[in-house]
Amino acid sequence: MIDIQKIRRDFPILDEVVNGKPLVYFDNAATTQKPLPVLEALANYYGHYNANIHRGIHFLAEKATSAFEASRTKIQEFLNAARVEEIIFTYGTTDGINLVTQSYGRTFLKEGDEIIISTMEHHSNIVPWQMLCEEKGCVLRVIPINDAGELLMDEYEKMLSEKTKFVSVVHVSNALGTINPVKEIIQKAHAVGAKVLIDGAQATSHIDIDVQALDCDFYVFSLHKLYGPTGMGVLYGKRDVLNAMPPYRGGGEMIKEVTFEKTIYNDLPYKFEAGTPNIADVVAAKTAVEYVEMLGKQNVANYEHELLVYGTEALQSIEGLKIIGTAKEKVSVLSFVMEGIHPQDIGVILDQQGIAVRTGHHCTQPLMKRLGIVGTSRASFAVYNTKEEIDKLVVGLHRVKKMLN
Amino acid sequence: MTINEKQDELIEDFELFDDQLDKTQYIIDLGKKLKPIADEYKSDENLIRGCQSRVWLHTEMRGDSVHFEADSEPTAQISKGLVSLLIKILSGEKPEDVANANLYFIDKIGMSSIITSRRAGGLASMIARMKEFAQSQVEKIS
Repeated sequence: MIDIQKIRRDFPILDEVVNGKPLVYFDNAATTQKPLPVLEALANYYGHYNANIHRGIHFLAEKATSAFEASRTKIQEFLNAARVEEIIFTYGTTDGINLVTQSYGRTFLKEGDEIIISTMEHHSNIVPWQMLCEEKGCVLRVIPINDAGELLMDEYEKMLSEKTKFVSVVHVSNALGTINPVKEIIQKAHAVGAKVLIDGAQATSHIDIDVQALDCDFYVFSLHKLYGPTGMGVLYGKRDVLNAMPPYRGGGEMIKEVTFEKTIYNDLPYKFEAGTPNIADVVAAKTAVEYVEMLGKQNVANYEHELLVYGTEALQSIEGLKIIGTAKEKVSVLSFVMEGIHPQDIGVILDQQGIAVRTGHHCTQPLMKRLGIVGTSRASFAVYNTKEEIDKLVVGLHRVKKMLN
Repeated sequence: MTINEKQDELIEDFELFDDQLDKTQYIIDLGKKLKPIADEYKSDENLIRGCQSRVWLHTEMRGDSVHFEADSEPTAQISKGLVSLLIKILSGEKPEDVANANLYFIDKIGMSSIITSRRAGGLASMIARMKEFAQSQVEKIS
């Protein structure tokens, strides 16, 4: 069971007053707030054992290195990865995808090879592949969706052939909340010999992730959407695939030996971690994951589902409001449009009532085009949100209507 | 009235409101009174970049003063209101006055706090476009 008041006390930012009103934070799909233990982990690192890692022989360097590597082990457990060296620290989901397109893509993909993505991808899972296609002459194919915002799996199957070399799809849509059947997507891609990357940016805070059960080749996510720090993410890759890939960035940390004639690269995972990493945030990432584990992933999912059901009903009661994204399998994201009202005006007027939502195209312009809209307003719920806050959103939206009609 | 007199008057109007929402309502209502522009002026050339919503600005000289007409897509009512404020202040003034105008009313009426930086970016582009046109006319005359 979730003790919501106890959880809220862990997030001091929720006590902020915005425009004279108590903050209602419904922009969790953009980034979640951070609980006290994560804030303390950051302060503790900088206050007590800040040092550069791996090569230092002094006490602080040793302590920082242990904490950094303990975080890797924690993430391995969190994803149920088979090996700790399969966990590569990145600067975020976008960074992870770029690592894969630039290293795996540029090495193994060639002219005429087909890469499959979906209509509901975030720009960060579109543009890096387009850049690769432009350079290598690969062909980008896009899985269509239905009006509810679900992938047309029949169409996906028809696209698959021996030409398909890579499939890169989002686990959970940031704009719609749709949970995609990624296990099935992965199986079908593997059946034609394609590699698969799953963009888990929106999934990890809502869904249990088991990369071995999924059997994906790559899984990427960001910690800041999982109650952790910004500027820090994870690329999981199967060891053999990662081993076959060349380094993406050169520099310190990623080498074993450097001479002017030849450099011998380091082993996994360091081969992909050039330069001083984001040590503090990596260390605090462990605390963020432990916080979610302490709450219990299933408890979080159940509670968020309750909020989703409550919020869906509440918003549907508003005349002229239409929910965008009505997939059967959804996380706690409610995207909506209101007849005759620009999403941006909704965002501004809600903000003046202390309610933070996101408006616009959510970095999914092709998806918005497919749905025939310029953008939506999006309320996304996290474990610390309440039904009372959803009630405030409803009141706030009635005010929007009153002001603009 | 000079540009500054118009600004001062507007600032006074907004002082009547304590609440942000009331200020916004006032801006929306001003937008509703904005004269729509001819469809031919809603061209790509006149489109202001940087707004989440689409806004068009038409500029022309009438006699020795610059005139502005603008419109937003119909649903973007706050944008339209903000645009109407700028037109109210700047349209019909001498090119050099527009080019050199210090638009202090934006801060004074709390507009910077009621608009997101993104929207402010759009508004800033609109102001820049107005001033650019005025400056080009100043140069033409001299």
